[in-house]
Amino acid sequence: MIEQDSEIVFNKRVAADTFFLGLRSPRIVAEAKPGQFVMLRVGRGMDPLLRRPFSICGVRDDDLVLILYRVVGRGTTIMCDVRGGESLSVLGPLGSGFEMPHKGEKPILVAGGMGIAPLIFLASTIEPGSFRFLAGFGSGEEIVATDEVGLSGIDLSISTDDGSAGHRGLVTELLENRLAGFNGNINPVVFACGPLEMLKGVAAMTANKDVQCQVSLEASMACGLGACQGCAIRRSSEQAIAYYHVCQDGPVFDVNALDWERL
Amino acid sequence: MVHPDLRVKIGPMELKNPVLTASGTFGYGKEFSSLIDLDLLGGIVVKGISLKPREGNPPPRIVETPCGMLNAIGLANVGLESFLNEKLPWLQGLNTAVIVNIYGHTVEEYGAVAAGLSGVKGISAIEVNISCPNVEQGGMAFGTDPDMSAKVTECVIKEADKPVIVKLSPNVTDIGKIAVAVESAGADALSLTNTLTGMAIDIEKRVPKLANISGGLSGPAIRPVALFMVHQVVKSVKIPVIGIGGIVDYRDALEFLIAGARAIQIGTANFVNPKASLDIIEGLRMFCQENRIGRIEDVIGTLKI
Repeated sequence: MIEQDSEIVFNKRVAADTFFLGLRSPRIVAEAKPGQFVMLRVGRGMDPLLRRPFSICGVRDDDLVLILYRVVGRGTTIMCDVRGGESLSVLGPLGSGFEMPHKGEKPILVAGGMGIAPLIFLASTIEPGSFRFLAGFGSGEEIVATDEVGLSGIDLSISTDDGSAGHRGLVTELLENRLAGFNGNINPVVFACGPLEMLKGVAAMTANKDVQCQVSLEASMACGLGACQGCAIRRSSEQAIAYYHVCQDGPVFDVNALDWERL
Repeated sequence: MVHPDLRVKIGPMELKNPVLTASGTFGYGKEFSSLIDLDLLGGIVVKGISLKPREGNPPPRIVETPCGMLNAIGLANVGLESFLNEKLPWLQGLNTAVIVNIYGHTVEEYGAVAAGLSGVKGISAIEVNISCPNVEQGGMAFGTDPDMSAKVTECVIKEADKPVIVKLSPNVTDIGKIAVAVESAGADALSLTNTLTGMAIDIEKRVPKLANISGGLSGPAIRPVALFMVHQVVKSVKIPVIGIGGIVDYRDALEFLIAGARAIQIGTANFVNPKASLDIIEGLRMFCQENRIGRIEDVIGTLKI
């Protein structure tokens, strides 16, 4: 883990309100695992004050860390104006990564919106053709072309809320169809990242079918290091300590570790 | 080239430089150990310890505000026993002052935590938190009342075998009165301020942004308030004062030192820049060199009015 000023190599628009950022940090590339994240300081001043957490979307050429983000607030509005050649302070890699799929398992990657970012990194490290990748977006213009963000030869099964591309409806419906198609000989494992409501749906569905599932969560956090304890989420069991911290214990969790009723 | 002497004395305790990390913003030190050399710090004030473990408040616990943040962590901590067994041994291996921040629900509980730290090696001082705004009992309820502040202080001093620093709340009408009460009760030093109580509202959902409704405001937004309180307290008491509140660089630190603080604590800045404390130490060193100041002590309390 390091904290350093890193050169922005590119910062380009890849879909509606969606940007793809490449920053140079060989040391983070050397350590990064799918599911981990970095904390970026979007400016030099004190307002906005805190760093922003971003999943690592991939790595390239031994020295580029790739970030996919959507402009949703003040921090990302400032970020999307940063030009190649400028630098940003980056802290990472942080958190635990995904537990990689084992031999004989059939991975299903389920993304909602920007939840696609860590799953693109995951997909780039597992054997092409061995997994399915389901991705939900609000509309067709939000769809991120995976070959533009460093993942080529992948067939996304797409859903959109407005039906302007792919299946009209929720990505969880695609997952339900997919899981229904498996017989007892195939051992599906699910990796999901997206909005909380979507993850709740995925959690209920996988629990119901007794399918293993890991989810990557997001939370407001100040430090990313386990010091501020701001990113608490409820654990499932009634243990002495009631909370996990997304930054350190996660951001990737087994669905059974969390209290979905109170999340 | 002058090599300025950055050492400062806080009552019976000597620090290698006046820069400490503030409780609740630096975990138990280890969280930052892969990013910075902790031995360069003047000291570390660890996350507030209570007699029993505390799970803290429900989320959301933090929200960003202009030049600052609100937190309502609720003193989540591992408890005295786990601290002594699991956290302290690692801290004892460091070559820097370790100050243990303590918290209790009752006066007696403060005493019990202090007693539990008594006789333990590797602890330079105890900092008594009578100013946390995010817990129902204890905390700020003690720190806003001069008599209760004095009672907690007396109880801790009776049980402690180390210097006792009392951390004051800014959420009072006259912080000087509280400071005098705590000094009279025998405290070795004061640290101030803790966070200012505040809130933020989600206008779409019309709900508080923090589950706890209110939280403690920290960061550069509170610096002028904290600085003025340090100024007031320094005039009111004879014991050393440690300045806290929105310090992010060495110039901010100098404001507090010039106002009369003998040391400072870095809090929220650690989240923004994990190297903030070390940058500040280096900045103070350079400031002294450039101004041909031999000892940082010669800067302290030099405010001209």
